[in-house]
Amino acid sequence: MAIPLSWYLIVAAVLFCIGIYGVLARRNAVGILMGVELMLNAVNINLVAFWRYLNPTDVSGQAFALFVLVVAAAEAVVGLALIISVYRNRGDIDAENINLLKQ
Amino acid sequence: MTLTHIIFIVFAAITLLSALFCVTTRNMFHAALYLVISLFGVAATFAMLDASFLAAAQLIVYVGAVAILIIFAVMLTRGGAGSLPAKQQFNTQAGLAAVVTVVTLFILLRVVPFFNYPVQVAAVPIDIVEQLGQALVGDFVLPFEVASVLLLAALIGAIYIARERRKGEEVEEG
Repeated sequence: MAIPLSWYLIVAAVLFCIGIYGVLARRNAVGILMGVELMLNAVNINLVAFWRYLNPTDVSGQAFALFVLVVAAAEAVVGLALIISVYRNRGDIDAENINLLKQ
Repeated sequence: MTLTHIIFIVFAAITLLSALFCVTTRNMFHAALYLVISLFGVAATFAMLDASFLAAAQLIVYVGAVAILIIFAVMLTRGGAGSLPAKQQFNTQAGLAAVVTVVTLFILLRVVPFFNYPVQVAAVPIDIVEQLGQALVGDFVLPFEVASVLLLAALIGAIYIARERRKGEEVEEG
């Protein structure tokens, strides 16, 4: 317990903001998905850090982080399948060109 | 400054720097590899927080499975290389995105670390993994089952969405 809780929170906050930048600035749809993965991991660091420092004898914190992991995996699978499907149909995964509904 | 602090700083630096390279590099394949290193750093952070099971799960799920999925997707879509010149990897709002990111980071860093959390100094129980396993089929049995149904739905949905359609099949489905 030598490390203060705030160090973990700072790392998670910076990682979350890097993820936000990836989601907002990337054109490639796979790159956007990578940003989402970074944000989910930052949230998980927060969950585990709060579990360890606030209530380490209760397993609820770890269980919640585990469910976040499961949902993130499902999200990655469906997202990448959608991207591959878009690539097959349009030959391009640039997020600015996926505007079929606007035309 | 003890050895624990130094290890924490090294792994935090690995995590954050490779995350930064992941969102800024132009080559999507390199971005995927940087993402893997960053997720490995997150697993190391879990290990430092005494969450050994989560660290192992993070290694298996992210560094193993999701990394392979993302590299597959990058290669199947040719990394977007066929469609974009290298310098157009970022959209027209990249500057605005940087502003939003810095403002969010500023707000988070001003608020989050200085809140007075009721920190409790206690050792993690030695049988925490056993407790976690019992909680997953005890208190958390409903979310556990819902998660398994979600994974099954994601599996079937991904296969259906990404499968290659043969000629004439569209007409039959139509």
